[in-house]
Amino acid sequence: MNARAELPLHAPGTQVDKGYIGQSVPRENAKRLLQGRGSYIDDLRFPRLAHVVFFRSPHAHARIRKLDLAQAARQPGVIACFDGRAVAEYCTPWIAVLGHLKGIKSAPQHPIAIERACWQGEAVAAIVAESRAQGEDALAHVEAEWEELPALTDMRESLAGKYVIHPDLGDNVCFKRELVTEGFDAAWAKADIVVEESYKFGRHTGVTLEGRAILADYNAADHSLTVYHNTQAPHMMQDIFSRHLGIPEGNVRVVCKDVGGSFGIKVHVYADEMATAAISVMLRRPVKFVADRLESFLTDIHAREHEVTVRLACTKGGDIIGFDLDDLTAIGPYSVYPRTSGIEGNQVVNLTGGPYRHKHYRAKMHVVFTNKNLTCQYRAVGHPIAMALTEAIVDRAAAEIGLDPAEFRRRNLIPDDAYPYSEFPSGIKFERLSHHQCLDKLLALMDYKELRAEQAALRKQGIHRGIGLAAMIEVTNPSPAFYGVGGARISAQDGATLRLEPTGMLTVMCSVTEQGQGTDGIFAQIAASAVGVTLDKVRVITGDTGVTPYGGGTWASRGAGIGGEAVLQAGRALRSNMLDVAAAILSADKAELDIVGNEVVNKLTQEPKLSLAELGRIAYFRPDTLPPKFQSELTVTRHYTPRDYAFTFTNGIQASLVEVDPDTGFVKLLKHWCVEDCGTVINPMLVDEQIRGGVVQGIGAALFEECLYGPDGQLLNGNMADYLVPMCGEMPDIVVAHVETPTKQSALGAKGAGEAGTAGAPGAVMNAINDALAPLGARVTVQPATPERILEALGKV
Amino acid sequence: MKPPSFAYARPGSLAEAFDLLERHGEDAKVLAGGQSLIATLNMRLSSPAVLVDVTGIPGLAGIAAAKDKVRIGALTTHRAVERSAEIGATLPLLAQAARHIAHVAIRNVGTFGGSLAMADPAAEWPACCVALDAELVLASRAGERRVKARTFFRGLYETDLKPGELVTAVEIPVPGKDHRASFMELARRVGDYAIVGVAALARAGAGKSGKALTDVRLAYLGVGPTPMLATQAMAAAEGKPAADAAAAAQAALDRDLKPTADLHTSAAAKMHLARVLTGRALAALAA
Repeated sequence: MNARAELPLHAPGTQVDKGYIGQSVPRENAKRLLQGRGSYIDDLRFPRLAHVVFFRSPHAHARIRKLDLAQAARQPGVIACFDGRAVAEYCTPWIAVLGHLKGIKSAPQHPIAIERACWQGEAVAAIVAESRAQGEDALAHVEAEWEELPALTDMRESLAGKYVIHPDLGDNVCFKRELVTEGFDAAWAKADIVVEESYKFGRHTGVTLEGRAILADYNAADHSLTVYHNTQAPHMMQDIFSRHLGIPEGNVRVVCKDVGGSFGIKVHVYADEMATAAISVMLRRPVKFVADRLESFLTDIHAREHEVTVRLACTKGGDIIGFDLDDLTAIGPYSVYPRTSGIEGNQVVNLTGGPYRHKHYRAKMHVVFTNKNLTCQYRAVGHPIAMALTEAIVDRAAAEIGLDPAEFRRRNLIPDDAYPYSEFPSGIKFERLSHHQCLDKLLALMDYKELRAEQAALRKQGIHRGIGLAAMIEVTNPSPAFYGVGGARISAQDGATLRLEPTGMLTVMCSVTEQGQGTDGIFAQIAASAVGVTLDKVRVITGDTGVTPYGGGTWASRGAGIGGEAVLQAGRALRSNMLDVAAAILSADKAELDIVGNEVVNKLTQEPKLSLAELGRIAYFRPDTLPPKFQSELTVTRHYTPRDYAFTFTNGIQASLVEVDPDTGFVKLLKHWCVEDCGTVINPMLVDEQIRGGVVQGIGAALFEECLYGPDGQLLNGNMADYLVPMCGEMPDIVVAHVETPTKQSALGAKGAGEAGTAGAPGAVMNAINDALAPLGARVTVQPATPERILEALGKV
Repeated sequence: MKPPSFAYARPGSLAEAFDLLERHGEDAKVLAGGQSLIATLNMRLSSPAVLVDVTGIPGLAGIAAAKDKVRIGALTTHRAVERSAEIGATLPLLAQAARHIAHVAIRNVGTFGGSLAMADPAAEWPACCVALDAELVLASRAGERRVKARTFFRGLYETDLKPGELVTAVEIPVPGKDHRASFMELARRVGDYAIVGVAALARAGAGKSGKALTDVRLAYLGVGPTPMLATQAMAAAEGKPAADAAAAAQAALDRDLKPTADLHTSAAAKMHLARVLTGRALAALAA
């Protein structure tokens, strides 16, 4: 792997262990989690712990005529009952807008609804009880009278203004964006071929193993709030609890514990969680809320739900001239705080046409309010939509011209020697991508020609197989351009503190969090490599605002690229400080020393000179033996923010092989391939599994997952039996390979890898299905592609 | 997702169980494997005052094969049916169907009798029992009575069980040596409730024009309020060679089935898929 050459951790020419970068070492926390010895929020036991349950609106849109909590308050074990007004006394409302999303608007949202509920599942009262079960028993005694209001569930009706959900806002448009490149019309007029198609993407959600959970513990004695919260962004939440509850930031501590998956679901401010924190302040005692599975479906953010029309213009030789996009997406009744619900649509505008070298682009995008659950950023935000519609229309164009889809892509992908590339028409900039290397590698890996031959042979036997390709780009390592410039107090910078312990152990504290994805493991690898210790000497602490440096946390595929670089820089600095101590102890020249395998060694001869345990002993306990005025510094902190590019884009390409049963509309996934370029691969096993997990979630979007709402705004399938998450029985083998183009912005060279699978898989699977259906004259343009939708496309039902 | 509080009783004999059921009447629910009941309690869709756990009653589990019929105790788990060599040899329809029931963890706990008493129209065992013309043994303080599966299922989650009565066993006649069985279903994911399924049985004998199907039986799941025995389609297929039988049964199926839409599939698509499965099952029987 060329990554190691990019990472000169040791002096050139010396024969030393190059470290753990690029090695598939098992992560330290896996054994603990698999033995059931993880510690999640629901595992915490506190004296005087109260449990809060929420009385939620049964209607999608209704005025609260009467809300009588008196009977509920008298039930066994009930400590207190609160309505929205009571909680609002302690927690200010929020409006989720960002300065750089021009014109975005939303209405004030309270922790608990006041006067009116705007989606089915919105909390309208809180019951606090000695146990969760007692709280749930008391829910049945809440007396509520409702005046049902018209529920706006269709995004076109919302855009047309059939009703206005928040009359103060004037209309239902949360955010809109239009974009047209110079000379678009003239260039478009010269096109030989224009293809156009409309796509629908269902609303879905990220189903985490562990539900949302928060335990807020307000201490009136010192006006402090400790929040145990399975969030992805503890420092962001520290700021938000502080500002909305009126507690100085220094008095708020957010601790994450183990987190059972997040996928973006746990990076947002949830009204019921803010209410839980406020109630802890109100009652001056610890209060816990854990969303159960039914609540998760009703209130964890949903995502996607787009209706898009896209046109592609090209020459008859097959060169893409441009794209023309019209996207409409619906987000529920409020923009989600503080990241807003305008980002996904904005990403679709930014990323459409992403892998290609066209020069012209026109885009129109509307984000509208509806009376369904809120939507916001979920794994791969906007990418699955942008990549799927781009790749589907690219296949249409290839078919129109009569070019093989792989060949058409080869013709149009941005050349590998065109970087840095600033001509992309939506304005995004690429440092260095490897589309053609990835394409070549993919076609070889899947034996594309052979598969096409097999497909043709099987078609003659009435077996309908399809091969679908989807090239992709992915936003990773975001700079402050993502949120900070818009006024959100969300850190794009992360920090790491490394401390050599007296025994020669290494403690790493990083502001990026561990959600089960293995961040702790790669930080240990980087730290061990940078310092020169073996992996067993490293302990990693994340997810505690009281302990780690300040930083952004986990989102937008930033953990390895940003947090990892902070760890690397801190490690290099600590190693240098350790060598200073060693030189002082040994009365040697620092330049002659190195640290390898927990020992200070002679750089040339590798002869061991001093163990790190001995170094630590002397530095901490016998500094009197060191030269006068020498002070060891064995704790080091470094920070890193990407500055050169707004985002460090990655790229890749996926392929899907499916077999469609034209009688039943069932799709069998036979195999899936992904070649991607996340720069330096720190742990191949972890990256591969991130890709595989991401592909599976993308397959979920393409074939299975959809939040189904009735016309009255009732969620129809909010449970694990009826909401179809992809499961192992249907998943194909997923072959993963890499091209490594390290980013030059950091010494580590790592880009993000967590979202690539989800970004590309929906397009690859949709294209594969349509390739299989092509001889039958059918196309499916709605995701998920259910058997019924495929049968409809075939005209069989 | 916490169940409302309930009392729990675990009788050690049928007599004790009958006492409890009599005493608590409609406030009591019978708990066997609990794979449906516990979920409804946790979702607060049901709030019985007492759960009568019958799994401690001896003699209600097990498979006993006689010459012409097989007796399956009500508490026999799905997994035990799936793994039984006797079932595999005598009632291959059940062996084929068993692996479609939910997931292994559920099959390890859920019971044969519980599934029948629950009478979920999308469940596998009720359709199989209807196709095989099984007889349910029902016991109460008044004694035992026997009811044909074909009359046991009355409506959506509605059976012939009377208050105080328990399913104790099912007796299934063993089809003849020439009979073939085919169980097929279409589910979005392995273990999901099927969109539609069919339990098919027929004798595949040498007819005048090749292999003809006789004693054709087709029972469907997921396409009606109960398991649906498709008598018109069966009659249409009777005595015909496989290809003709399939076409005839498919054409007649409209008269047997009036499916209603589920969350993911329209009534029309269900009907279409039922026809497709009919063709495939009959082809499998003749293969």
